Amino acid sequence: MTHDHNGHDHPHEPVATAGEPPAAARVRALHELLVEKGVLERDDIRRRIDWLVSRTPADGARLVARAWVDPAFKRRLLEDARVAALEVGLDPGPSPVVVALENTQSVHHMVVCTLCSCYPKALLGPPPDWYKSLPYRSRAVSDPRGVLREFGVELDDRVEVRVVDSTANIRYLVVPRRPEGTESLGEDDLAAIVTRDSMIGVALPVAPA
Amino acid sequence: MSLAPGTTVRVSTRPHEGHHRTPGYLKGRQGRVERVHGRYRDPETRAYGGDGLPERELYLVSFDLPSGDRVLADVFEHWLEAAE
Repeated sequence: MTHDHNGHDHPHEPVATAGEPPAAARVRALHELLVEKGVLERDDIRRRIDWLVSRTPADGARLVARAWVDPAFKRRLLEDARVAALEVGLDPGPSPVVVALENTQSVHHMVVCTLCSCYPKALLGPPPDWYKSLPYRSRAVSDPRGVLREFGVELDDRVEVRVVDSTANIRYLVVPRRPEGTESLGEDDLAAIVTRDSMIGVALPVAPA
Repeated sequence: MSLAPGTTVRVSTRPHEGHHRTPGYLKGRQGRVERVHGRYRDPETRAYGGDGLPERELYLVSFDLPSGDRVLADVFEHWLEAAE
């Protein structure tokens, strides 16, 4: 990230290793214990993190774009997102089950995890910070339209909003509506307009100008 | 217990100490079964090193919002009661 001072002068806190959050020491101790007891190999956690941060919303976008151009694939995606992901060569990751939810003319889904930050990481990568924030988590289930407005999404009153709270084993991926004006686009160009936020259900894909 | 989609249910308000996956804002609320996800190990014992057995049925349940919109959440069978 760039940091433009615009020529002005102001003090910055020095970069320090002291004062790390107490949880960091606890995590290190836990890691050591798990390795010592043979539950984990020393590099397992790093490998898992490397895998996780290598996932991006581009993976989910490929599924959505394919679903837009291929109705039979869309049916398979809505039936079993894991099988559909494997079909296009994506790695749906370990255990959690992913359910794809289709947005239509009359129904708009948006996803939240009020208890923590459950998210379809295998297909979208790590969640954005706002997804984990208390305001989003608490307001999404009490005033979804207000939250959507703040994201710039104004839905017709006839559209029912379904806020899906991923409270347990299932991870949810929204299949947004294909915008008008994209009839001539191929699958790759379509995938490029499917944003992370549109697959969480807080944004709508926009046709390229 | 196996509940068919469309069944009206109420989320239990019983007190529970410790880890569970039923959010407080839904306790006592009446909802409707939308989907049956299948059986999963119980997080309430898994969280403490247990095996999570017996597996519990997990349901997607919908709850009405005053705006006419809905909240859908996954709720385990042992947190659902028959609605009067």
